[in-house]
Amino acid sequence: MDWDAPAIVLDARPFGEADAVATVMTQAHGTHRGLARGGLSRGKAAVWQPGNIVQARWVGRLSDQLGAISAELVHPAAALAMDDPLALAMLRAACAVAEGALPEREPHLRLFGGLLHLLAHLAQGHSLLADQIRWEAAVLADLGYGLDFSACAVTGSNARLAFVSPRTGRAVSDEAAGEWRARLLPLPVLLLHDETGSPADWRDGLRLTGHFLARDAFGHHHRPLPPARLALYDRVAALAESETA
Amino acid sequence: MGGPEVERLIALLAKLPGLGPRSARRAALRLLQHPESKLAPLAAAMAEAARAVRVCSQCGNLDSADPCSVCGDTHRDRTMICVVEGVGDLWALERSGVHRGLYHVLGGTLSALAGTGPDDLNLAPLLARVRDGEVTEVILALGATVDGATTAHWLTDRLRPLGVAISRVGHGMPIGGALEVLDDGTLAAALRARRPFQ
Repeated sequence: MDWDAPAIVLDARPFGEADAVATVMTQAHGTHRGLARGGLSRGKAAVWQPGNIVQARWVGRLSDQLGAISAELVHPAAALAMDDPLALAMLRAACAVAEGALPEREPHLRLFGGLLHLLAHLAQGHSLLADQIRWEAAVLADLGYGLDFSACAVTGSNARLAFVSPRTGRAVSDEAAGEWRARLLPLPVLLLHDETGSPADWRDGLRLTGHFLARDAFGHHHRPLPPARLALYDRVAALAESETA
Repeated sequence: MGGPEVERLIALLAKLPGLGPRSARRAALRLLQHPESKLAPLAAAMAEAARAVRVCSQCGNLDSADPCSVCGDTHRDRTMICVVEGVGDLWALERSGVHRGLYHVLGGTLSALAGTGPDDLNLAPLLARVRDGEVTEVILALGATVDGATTAHWLTDRLRPLGVAISRVGHGMPIGGALEVLDDGTLAAALRARRPFQ
């Protein structure tokens, strides 16, 4: 059994002294693990940095074995993001969410394409955050926990949708929010329209998707939201706070 | 094979970095064949190291004195602290002799995989040393990895309010390296870190 495909490195856990168990995401095979021989060695460690786009080759005697994986670097997204704290936080958060939330060996074409777009355009910085939030909403949808912003859960109208119920994931309009306003999650405009949004929108968007990722995607596996995703929220929240100050 | 003592010696040696069961057997055999000249001195040296060596309370280095020989050296530049991930990095920099300031061993990098969070890093003594006022520059000499860069940004966020200059070791061309054999990430870092050439 073997395959050869473009892939995104999601993580590489040390295995022994110089090897690593690498997790990659591909279009046709979804998230896939393999033993990367010498993956932590001086020559190959740069390839197995999370976020890198590689040409990967997996070989196993049987399809359900861990198998061996090797890769050639195609786009060094990790190295390009290292100097920018926000880009690095976005890269780590996206890889951690994909690695932790998606079931192994299950293809998710839209998510692979979305993650590829994020990693290839990290240099755009802030403006890409809206895409990352929409990608997280797509992760929830692909896992069966889709959020419903089509109409207000209370009135049925699609006018002035401003909140989301933290229980059902359905949108609530501004006028229907009433006294429950404080308990609802703000719905940023970037999740309704293809807009870049402001730092406050990014914070609200990350809070919204983070709530449902923690409860549904990770909570069902009894795992917390990855620290890298929490760190991204903290960084964006600080950015929003500095904008308003 | 040679009794439980020999088996235990081989098992313990096999746990050391760079050694596996086969090389541990070779090392054990060599030691046992020369008990007077190799085994006994090694055992004595290890016992002495276990008794005397401790972690420096200031920088986190390993030394038989506390403060360590680096922190206790009055000829060093006490305005510069070089932050490294581990004691091995400190020793590497000391071997090179290029840094004449002080060090701080962080004890790792922020890593979800390794389970290392902010509370696991040796940060408080570093902040205390910087707050003392003598330090004017902190050099971040962490690995050029995603975890290393994340830790560097995290450290910068905590050091910046203290008004100290923060710098980072350069990433790029290795001495003796040819462009054609460098990976794309290193090449990109080298190009971005270019500087005027006189």
